[in-house]
Order: sequence, then structure tokens, then C-alpha cells
Amino acid sequence: MQGNLLIRLGATSLSVLQDLGRMGIFLFQALRGLFRTPFRFGEFVKQMHFIGAGSFAVIFFTAASTGMVLGLQGYYSMHKFGAEGMLGSAVALTLIMELGPVLTALMVAGRAGSAMCAELGIMRISEQIDALDCMAVDPFRYLISPKFLAAILSVPLLTVLFDVVGIGGGYIAGVKLMGVNGGSYLEGMRSSVTNHDLQLGLIKSFVFGLLVIWICTGRGYFVHLIRGAGFGAESVSRVTTQAVVLSSISVLVFDYLLTAVLL
Amino acid sequence: MTAVAIEFRGVSKSFDKKDGGRQVILDQVDFVIPRGGTTVIAGGSGQGKSVTLKLVLGLMQPDGGQILVNGEDVTGVRGRALEQLRSRFGVLFQGSALFDSLSVYENVALPLRERTSKGEDEIREQVMASLAQLELVGHEDKFPAQLSGGMRKRVGLARALQLKPEIMLFDEPTTGLDPVMTREIYQLFVRTQEQIGYTSVIVSHDIPRVFNLADQVIILNQGRTDLFTSPEAIQWSEEPHIRRFVKTTMGNIYQSHLVEDSLGVNNTLQDRQR
Repeated sequence: MQGNLLIRLGATSLSVLQDLGRMGIFLFQALRGLFRTPFRFGEFVKQMHFIGAGSFAVIFFTAASTGMVLGLQGYYSMHKFGAEGMLGSAVALTLIMELGPVLTALMVAGRAGSAMCAELGIMRISEQIDALDCMAVDPFRYLISPKFLAAILSVPLLTVLFDVVGIGGGYIAGVKLMGVNGGSYLEGMRSSVTNHDLQLGLIKSFVFGLLVIWICTGRGYFVHLIRGAGFGAESVSRVTTQAVVLSSISVLVFDYLLTAVLL
Repeated sequence: MTAVAIEFRGVSKSFDKKDGGRQVILDQVDFVIPRGGTTVIAGGSGQGKSVTLKLVLGLMQPDGGQILVNGEDVTGVRGRALEQLRSRFGVLFQGSALFDSLSVYENVALPLRERTSKGEDEIREQVMASLAQLELVGHEDKFPAQLSGGMRKRVGLARALQLKPEIMLFDEPTTGLDPVMTREIYQLFVRTQEQIGYTSVIVSHDIPRVFNLADQVIILNQGRTDLFTSPEAIQWSEEPHIRRFVKTTMGNIYQSHLVEDSLGVNNTLQDRQR
């Protein structure tokens, strides 16, 4: 019984290590693929459109509602201390440093990451990736790298959109609905948000974009090698769920780590 | 150029089984695939037919032994050398492996776009010519999901032939096709082989029909291989596992054929074998 437990523990550790190693090599190859010629510019634009422009609506609504809730909640808490003037500063800092990058990455993981994971998973199980390999077409340059570049660029852009819309939402809730002074909302924001805060937000969104695209494409690409994922359509659906959960958790963990290191 | 296209020297491959044991797929296997002809690799399911193809293409690495393509050892080849190796091969996959988000035309044009520096006009000319040859004109804007199984195979064949491969590998090319379609596909193999002169390696369940094409047949069984240079030689084999294989796969078709021929032809074959 104990021997069995040890064997299982060993097997699990080995497969986790194997998985990590595979994902590490995958990241290296995906980044290297960015510099291999010919770069597929058309595919890159298509992916920018899919990840970036395609996520516009969901980011817009998430940001607007988040900003408005922040405005309302902030107003009620600060009202108790008569500190409504700080509302703009509180909303902006929360959005720029934390909620903007995190929620954008989570939304992109759910919307675009899942789709890419499933797409690659299906391409893998229907031998389309093997076919690329056999035609001596590098699947990284052809499929993965354009997605990487698109995600690394569009997640920060979407984060900026999120921040702006969220601040607007906070303004509507705090100033228009609750009657906070508009000038103090904007001035509080202007005086408290520093360049460093903006940089922190942007660095986070770059890292989160990379994490999401790395995990989602990597899981889909290796769908046939993942232990316990099963086979065929079922394996793709399981691995897609796994990819979204894993990338969301990684975003949250890295959010803490980056804040601790960079703040 | 040597007269040998592919050679396996003492190649072994095994996989982990779920219960912790090892499943031996190939056990120190040796065989030679000569240039220019057609070799059929047959065997029951799970006997390593597809694994053999994957080993040749470098999609898998053997546990031991050497695989030679044109006399060069290709085991452990990576990077550019692997790309170079693969560009000699054309592959028709079991499920055709067409890119399902690309149209027929784009599928066939893909190797030309990605692997050559040809202009779009030249590519169009070549693609349309091969679509015409494989009777696919009028379907070039369709997507793989809109095609029948036989058409998908033909598109897969057109795509595999674009870069004029030296060696074509066919993985179960007729699985799931009806007999008429199967014969058409075989005719296409013969026709395109005559034109391009590739060495053909066919992994197939479709016994005995596929024997009409074969110059030699390799039967995989329990990690071992047996080589036969004619379909008749297989029938007359004394080996019990080959006898079993003949019985299950060829069954009555060949027996009735035997009765009709009343052993005239086969007697001489048997003599030759001795």
C-alpha cells in the first residue's frame, strides 16, 4: 500500500516535471519563431483582430461595470470619513495597478485563450500539426508565434482601454449619480497616479498576456501528451477548461508576486 | 543515389503500458525499402504500422537501432536537418489532415507558399494543374468539411505532391472508402507515381486489394517483420502467425481465387519459393 503510494507520488512528480519542461521548451520555441522568416504578418493581423478588436465589447462592459461599482463602493466607504474627494484617486489607482491588468487578462483567457486552446487541440488530434511538421513547415512560426505577438501586444492595449473606461464608469457613478465634485475626482486622480503606477500596470499586463497565451496555446498544442486528459473531443474539452483555469490562477498568483516585487 | 530509399537496422520501439509494463512494438526490426517501387506495410491493428511511419518521419524516435534514408542515418536528427529530411517526403494521412479552416485551394497551395519562393501566379498555375489532374476542379473554394472522404484524400494527395517528394508515405489511404473509391485512389497512386517517380510506402489494412500495387509486402507481427516479394508468397507461407493473418484478412476471397486457379499458377510459385 505504502509502496503504491510512493509509486504514484513519483509518477505524478515526474509527469509534472515533464510537463514543466515541455512548456519551457514550448515558450522558447514560440519566442524563437517570432524571428524566423517569413513572418506571417497576415496571420498576426488576424490574431490581433481576434484577441484585440474581438475583445473590445467584453472589456468595455466589464470595465464600465467594474468602474461604476468601484465608484459606488468607494463613495459609501469614503463618505463615512468625509473623504469623497479621494474617490478619483482610489478608483484610478485600483484600476491601473490591479483590476485593469488582472480582469483584462482573465477576460482574454476566457474569450480568446479558450478558443485558441481548443483550435490547437483539434489541430493536434486531427493530425493537422503533424501535417505541418511533415511538410517541414515550422508549426511555431506558422501557428503559435503570431498568436504570441498578438496577445503580448493586445493585452496591454486592452488594459489601457479597461483603465480608461473604468475611470469613466467611476466618474459616472461617483460624480453624476452620487454627487461627488467632478473637479476633485479628476484632480485627485491626477495628483496621486504616478508614472511608476502606470508602468507597474503595463508590466503586469505584458506578463499576464504572455502567461495567458503561453498556457492556453501550450495546453492545446500538447493535448495528446497530457496525462489523464483522455482522447479525442473529450481531451480537447478537458484541456481547454484546464487551460483557462490554469491561466487564470497563474495571472492571480503572478499579480501578487509582481506587486510584491515591483511596488 | 543508392538503390535503397529507406532502411531499418535493428530498430526497436516500445511504449509504457497503463499497468506499468512495456509494450514492445518493434523488436530489433530490419528491412529495406528499395527506391522507386511500392512497399506495403501490413499487420493487425496495434502492431506498429503507424509507428513505423512516424519513426521514418522523425515524429518519434526509436529506442534503439538506426533508420537510414538514402543511406544517411536519420535517427536523432533535429532542427534544419530534420526539416531537410522531411522535405523529401510527402505524407497522406489517415484522416487526410487537411487544414479545416483553409479552402481546398489554400490547402494545396500551402506547401508552395511556405516552402518555396514562387509568386502567387505561378502557385495558382501549379495548384490548378494538380487539382485538374486529381479531378478536383470546381471544388477549389470549398472547405474540407464540405467534401466527401474520397475527395478529401485526393486533396491530401494533391497537397502532398506539390513539392515533388522522393518518397510518399500513405497511412491507411483507403480506410473508410467504398470499393469503387478505393480503386480510384489506387489508380491515382499509380498514375502520380508514374509521373513523379516517387518511392511509395503504403500502410494498409486493405488486404488483399492493396497487393495489386505492391512490389513487396512487409508484415508486422509481435514486434517482428516478415518480408514477402509477392502476394502469393504470403499465402504459401508456413509460418503459423502469417497463416493466421492470411486467414483473418484474406479469408474466403483468396481461397475461392485459389480454387478457381486450381493451383496451376501457385504451384510454380511454390516451387520458386523453394
